[in-house]
Amino acid sequence: MNTEIYLAIILVFMIILALVAIHAKDLLSAVIAQGAIGYGLVLCFLLLKAPDLAIVQIVAETITLIIMVAVLHDSTWVERRLPMCRRDMVNYTMALLLGVVLLYYFIDAISVLQPFGEHTLRMSEVYAYKAIELTGATNFVKGVLWDFRALDTMGEAAVLFTTAIGVLAILRLKGKKN
Amino acid sequence: MSVIVRKVAQLLSAMIFVFGMYVVIHGHIMPGGGFSGGVLLASAFILLILAQGKDYFQLKQQRKITSFYESLSVLLILLLGAGGLFAGSLFLFNNYLPKGQPGELLSAGNIPIYSILIGIKVAATLFTIFLALTIYKEEVSK
Repeated sequence: MNTEIYLAIILVFMIILALVAIHAKDLLSAVIAQGAIGYGLVLCFLLLKAPDLAIVQIVAETITLIIMVAVLHDSTWVERRLPMCRRDMVNYTMALLLGVVLLYYFIDAISVLQPFGEHTLRMSEVYAYKAIELTGATNFVKGVLWDFRALDTMGEAAVLFTTAIGVLAILRLKGKKN
Repeated sequence: MSVIVRKVAQLLSAMIFVFGMYVVIHGHIMPGGGFSGGVLLASAFILLILAQGKDYFQLKQQRKITSFYESLSVLLILLLGAGGLFAGSLFLFNNYLPKGQPGELLSAGNIPIYSILIGIKVAATLFTIFLALTIYKEEVSK
């Protein structure tokens, strides 16, 4: 019960920070508000007893913040505001429509799920009670990541690999010939 | 940057690097593992470069090295996973090495090896991206 109150407080805080990030006057404060949202997510993970995710989130958040500030340092701090045109209206309506459709299906799907905290335990029962015996790793998360779900994790690593290739390809403005 | 910042960054980056190694190697017995440890390893280098400036290392050479290690670690993970096919199972990424006593440093079969390789890979990828952001900007401004 206590956890839920803390979670609610942090979530409200994160929503306020997201609004700040949108309406901030200069981009630096927007970036810092974004970073604070990430650290709020870290606290949520810690409250929900997922230290693995919290560690990953805190280091990734710090790196992202450093890189974003480094990028801002070399570009402008002021956001360019253009007047609204007809195309913007189309974009806004499309976004709203998409939100309504997603919300409809979310509500449709959530009635099938069991209430919060009571999961269907067909597969996770095996994971939870036999993981140490089957994998030999006392860190349960690593056991799932690199034994039961190793192919998925390989795909995750491939995503990171592709990101690096994409960054190198986009940022290399000079061709190889000259 | 001033002398104080540079010196503190030098001292801290060594500690961050050692802690990153610790997180990577103990991935299978405590929270952490390849991804978070790899980011820590990369951040040690990034901190050094942010404090010392671009001319401290020969950055262009470094980028080639990081690209090499990134590709090499992915290849090794794939080979190690494909080894499961020859060790008598029907799918990739089988945990076929001896399991040992749970909770020991040398246990859990393949998992620590995957952790170390993923740590190298994540560190190399993040450092490559950071180097690309610094090097190519310099090239453009020339």
